[in-house]
Amino acid sequence: MTFRARHLLGIEHLAPDEIRSVLDLADSYVDLNRRTMKQSDALAGMTQINMFFENSTRTQSSFELAGKRLGADVMNMSVAQSSVKKGETLIDTAMTLNAMQPDLLVVRHPSSGAVNLLASKVNCAVLNAGDGRHEHPTQALLDALTIRRAKGRIQRLTVAICGDIAHSRVARSNLILLGKMENRVRLIAPPTLMPPGVAEFGCELFDDMRKGLEGADVVMMLRLQKERMDGAFIPSEREYYHRYGLDAEKLAVARDDAIVMHPGPMNRGVEIDGTLADDINRSVIQHQVEMGVAVRMACMDLLARNLRAERGRAALGVMA
Amino acid sequence: MSLLLQNARLIDPEAGTETEGDLLIENGVIAAIGALEAPEGVTVIDCQGKWLAPGIVDIGVKVGEPGERHRESFRSAGLAAAAGGVTTIVARPDTLPAIDTPEVLEFVTRRAAEASPVRIRHMAALTRGREGREMVEVGFLLDAGAVAFTDCDHVIETTKVAARCMTYARSLGALVIGHPQEPGLSAGAAATNGKFASLRGIPAVHPMAERMGLDRDLALVEMSGVRYHADQITTARSLPALERAKAAGLDVTAGVGIHHLTLNEFDVGDYRTFFKLKPPLRSEDDRLAMVEAVGAGLIDIISSMHTPQDEESKRLPFEEAAWGAVGLETLLPAAMRLYHAGLLTLPQLFRAMALNPAKRLGLPQGRLAEGAPADLVLFDADAPFVLDRFTLRSKSKNTPFDGQRMEGRVLATFVGGKQVYAVGE
Repeated sequence: MTFRARHLLGIEHLAPDEIRSVLDLADSYVDLNRRTMKQSDALAGMTQINMFFENSTRTQSSFELAGKRLGADVMNMSVAQSSVKKGETLIDTAMTLNAMQPDLLVVRHPSSGAVNLLASKVNCAVLNAGDGRHEHPTQALLDALTIRRAKGRIQRLTVAICGDIAHSRVARSNLILLGKMENRVRLIAPPTLMPPGVAEFGCELFDDMRKGLEGADVVMMLRLQKERMDGAFIPSEREYYHRYGLDAEKLAVARDDAIVMHPGPMNRGVEIDGTLADDINRSVIQHQVEMGVAVRMACMDLLARNLRAERGRAALGVMA
Repeated sequence: MSLLLQNARLIDPEAGTETEGDLLIENGVIAAIGALEAPEGVTVIDCQGKWLAPGIVDIGVKVGEPGERHRESFRSAGLAAAAGGVTTIVARPDTLPAIDTPEVLEFVTRRAAEASPVRIRHMAALTRGREGREMVEVGFLLDAGAVAFTDCDHVIETTKVAARCMTYARSLGALVIGHPQEPGLSAGAAATNGKFASLRGIPAVHPMAERMGLDRDLALVEMSGVRYHADQITTARSLPALERAKAAGLDVTAGVGIHHLTLNEFDVGDYRTFFKLKPPLRSEDDRLAMVEAVGAGLIDIISSMHTPQDEESKRLPFEEAAWGAVGLETLLPAAMRLYHAGLLTLPQLFRAMALNPAKRLGLPQGRLAEGAPADLVLFDADAPFVLDRFTLRSKSKNTPFDGQRMEGRVLATFVGGKQVYAVGE
């Protein structure tokens, strides 16, 4: 088991062996979660605070459940974005919480880099649950676990990521992870939703979805984040669906056994056809949600081990 | 009172030469240069072979008076300037309120003269409140001593207003300083488009926005015939347009901030907000193109773009943090990086930091010549040190060079023949 990180701020700073460690441990938590007795004591006695500066029902409940199944005391703090617009307040809130001696801090924030800033001010382990359009590491890890379980491997696959890549932290974390694990990554988006310079990450870019999907093993759809658009990036939802919405016809050019993924919540009829999303032979979307809990358990477990080890060393240092 | 600076290496940016010799100061002006005998009763300073150059004339310094004196006062800015070899501060009007009436200008002129050990000249806003709607009293402000007119980083969005301001300024011979940027395209951006900004998820702007802003301004210059200076050119895409305008005989000059000559977009690293500038840091290719343009004389002026910010306005997520960096004390050591890298010579650097800015504003400073004001900086170009931001004299400590190895130290600064700074004091 290799996992050296102090915080989980992004996939960028993880090495392939660390990613594999998370996935291996998560596999065991999938088994645990499928039992009636779901309790572990990996985080027994520890305090986990979920601090969400941006509303999210799914991610927050996934982290909450993960913490509770590992025996942690979990507290949820929903901080409305309007009341915490100023960053001093961000740091102040973090310092205040830090004084309450939590062990794990799970943070989501609408500004890129805000979680990094916060992590530099506290002495517990910080997990990034999504910051602006920067990273969403646990999403990429749960996607990797889903792919590995469906395909039997997480390398040498052709993965097409399609949709609003410019505004997506999910896309960033995924393309970094998939690149590190030596997969072929294709990005499919209208040019207005493609971030500049992204070809330098070693991805192939497509604005024609049919070409991009050709021979793909995995098709990852992204939510069209309407709330993030500060201008007109696409002419209309219906034209977007026509050109970039995933349906059975477009999927036909991918490999016959290609799987369909979506981080949720879905806009049915905007980026994905509703029937296809529910097709249990192709869609692993519900599976992703299940993997989410297991992956978050694994991440928190690993961070808690490092935290204990660090505190142990510090205590020895004091004695010596 | 006379002073003889002996045994110096003299940098003459006008002639483009470096020579060994002595310099005699009498009554605040340079009286003689060459191999000089010490006249009777003259104070002699042995420069020990260190460099002596005309003091820096820094166009575009933000001082927090009026309104934000906790960030920088004329006193603290003046002390910082003296320690950095800057002998003339040309202050920006982006204060609270903006310097847009002769009354405010007279107030800051008086305050500055009382508080600062170095010379301070003032620029005025071009439109009231820098809001881009009504023009200021250009004539009265000129009479009150404004050396240039600028709305700083606020681009006058309505082209008709910009055109009228420039046409009016032209009739009075006033210098207009523009911030070339297409405001619609650059709205909300905190970085330059590219791999790095995309990786960090920072809203970014294409460097073309600067070219578009410059193109518009140059067209208005051609229309109005106004004297125009672009405050900061930071991307190679702007250079052909600038070159064409100069070749066409327009009265146009351009500047660049020292940070855009010494840092690039990757320096932002892990969301370090001290590196958040306006315009944002560019690619390494752009940085090198700017250095080359300074060497070729296409870009005329190097400034510190000194912008003091308090700690709280920088301790924020990158997007929300304030932009700007202090630079009065680090301009010279940072410029020495370009010298030590063999990219620019010392006469080239002082042409861009002293001679050209003084010439552009019609000031007698910036020259190492008999009869010129004895505004001088004596420095050791090789002295190494590690910068600790808390040693800066500025009230604000937001320097991107914190913790970095620098080479080049100011040993003494003279303003009008009077020593205003000595190292170690």
